[in-house]
Amino acid sequence: MELQGLDIDVVRKGSGQPLLLLHGGGGPIAQMPFADGLAEKFEIIAPTHPGFNGSKIPKHFTRIDDLVYLYLDLLDELDLTDVVLMGFSMGGWAAAEMAVANSSRLSRLILVDSVGVKVGGREDRDIADVFALPGEKLAEIMFHDKSLAPNPADIPDEQLQIVAGNRTALGVYTWDPYMHNPKLPHRLHRIKIPTNFIWGASDGLVTLEYGEKFCAMIDGATMTVITEAGHSPQMEQPDAFVNAVFEVAA
Amino acid sequence: MTDLKTWFFTEDCYPDLPEQNSYESIRVDLPNKYCDPENATRLYNQYLDIWCAADEMGLEIMLNEHHQTATCMVPAAPIMLGILARQTKDARLLILGNPLPNRNQPVRVAEEMALVDVISKGRVEVGFVRSVPYEAAAANILPYRGSERLWESHDLILKAWTTHDGPFNFEGEWYHHRQVNIWPRPYQQPHPPVWITTGSAASTLPVAQHKHVGAIFLAGYSKVRPIFDAYRENYLKLHGEHAPLDRLAYCGLIYVGDDEKTAAEGANKMMWYMQANKVADHWKNPPGYHPPVVSANVLRGAHVSGSGAAYSTDLTEHMRRGNVFAGTPDQVYEQIKAFWEYSGGFGHMLMMGQAGHMTEQETLRSMHLYNSEVYPRLKELAKTWDPEAIMDKRANLADRDHAEITDLAVDFVR
Repeated sequence: MELQGLDIDVVRKGSGQPLLLLHGGGGPIAQMPFADGLAEKFEIIAPTHPGFNGSKIPKHFTRIDDLVYLYLDLLDELDLTDVVLMGFSMGGWAAAEMAVANSSRLSRLILVDSVGVKVGGREDRDIADVFALPGEKLAEIMFHDKSLAPNPADIPDEQLQIVAGNRTALGVYTWDPYMHNPKLPHRLHRIKIPTNFIWGASDGLVTLEYGEKFCAMIDGATMTVITEAGHSPQMEQPDAFVNAVFEVAA
Repeated sequence: MTDLKTWFFTEDCYPDLPEQNSYESIRVDLPNKYCDPENATRLYNQYLDIWCAADEMGLEIMLNEHHQTATCMVPAAPIMLGILARQTKDARLLILGNPLPNRNQPVRVAEEMALVDVISKGRVEVGFVRSVPYEAAAANILPYRGSERLWESHDLILKAWTTHDGPFNFEGEWYHHRQVNIWPRPYQQPHPPVWITTGSAASTLPVAQHKHVGAIFLAGYSKVRPIFDAYRENYLKLHGEHAPLDRLAYCGLIYVGDDEKTAAEGANKMMWYMQANKVADHWKNPPGYHPPVVSANVLRGAHVSGSGAAYSTDLTEHMRRGNVFAGTPDQVYEQIKAFWEYSGGFGHMLMMGQAGHMTEQETLRSMHLYNSEVYPRLKELAKTWDPEAIMDKRANLADRDHAEITDLAVDFVR
């Protein structure tokens, strides 16, 4: 669909309450089994962030708030109300910022292994530096079951170039300050809608401890932990993940 | 009359490292516990002495900077430049270059260069580079659209150098500075000569447009023609005249020995530069530095070059490629002459003449032999240069299909 003069790829599936799904730095996830599970009770609306999946990054897109305003416009454009906003990792950061900016069309916020805030001191590496890790180490922190980590050797050229493009886009949105907005904790009080965190117990990119501290920053927010899952519980434990969502939101 | 200048260059490495297998990467995360300050003092002073000797011999001087690496111990080239401005008398002082996309205050760069230009009575030549991928982590700068950042920073610096009537305002895409009014202004008017490194034919366009010197490093036979030709064509098209010889520069490793055996020993020592550059893949591939096709290759664990050229640390192979010129004075002259004619000619030979464990004595001997026996002949050769005649001559020299630039080959200055 066209938004802000940009051609944005949006996957829509299922029917029911609208659920705006914002993917993380790995790229679009609406084709995964968990999304089909959610689609049984929700109408999934899943845009691809500009720069991901081979799409172009507009020259003026340089920070996370470019996504925030893009998707606030999306809500207006589709005239959606009573929306469940669900963000994963970097998409969770964008979702939290959206809820801070304007939650009038939102009824619930769900943050999954989300980045976006700093919880420790200036010398604490709250969020693993994904650009400074070798592939095998990255797989270790991202997955509970390391065997699920994609091996570049098995990925066809064209797909691997998309992966490389996704990495660039992730860099553009999150490079500095790294994966967080120092002002966000001072603004989270504006979030008045029910908020739920879902977290992979084995996440090494942003640990459960990080998630709990983030969760404590939003009044009344709850935390659901998915065991035997890393940074992407929706991928490693799709059934448990869908159940966790239904438990809080359906 | 056309001339050829030679610029002596060393990266100022710290070669006394533990066994290479004991660390992952010589760049970015090699702990500085391996840097013994006493040893570093000795090395810095040795390198400065060598540069001063270059000045006394009549060679020009080139220096560069890198960060968080033992391959180049100069994280602030302008400081070295300032020392050399006082300690040398005649040499022109080329900094190649200031890594503009990684410096958030272009006006500060303009000030530093103007300051040294004034102290040296106008001997500074200012290079601007995008810098290599490993610099991204050290600078904490996203390298995406780095070339565009370079050119915006360039524009601000040139305006700062050439504006003399009080402050101007600059609010660009990346750089903002509302009251720009540098003191001092440069000694050279309107500003010091500007050099830009280029790694591809396409990137020569803005360099030719500004009539800046286009410099390439270890591009070898395979790349020198496409890049130099593109510069010359762009220059001719944009300005209606041939690019002067002094608009192009080539950097290679050069070692001259009294005899073949000594030359081979010296040149093999210099190959440390190729051998030492062990870099972890993730430092080679920060987000947005490479286009996705190259980045994907790095993710797969391949070397950055898409050419399929095997990475090599072999001296003969690098000589074959046109990256290294080594031998007796006669041999080195013939090697450079062949490459120079093949390339269509260039007015600046950037001589990387020291690396690794090469001693001061070995370095000075090679410099001396070059200066007394190779350099005069190259200057004679350059005198014969005519933009059309050399192209006629070159037409008889078929394109040589040698290995392309490897990732390492373009590393040290860009």
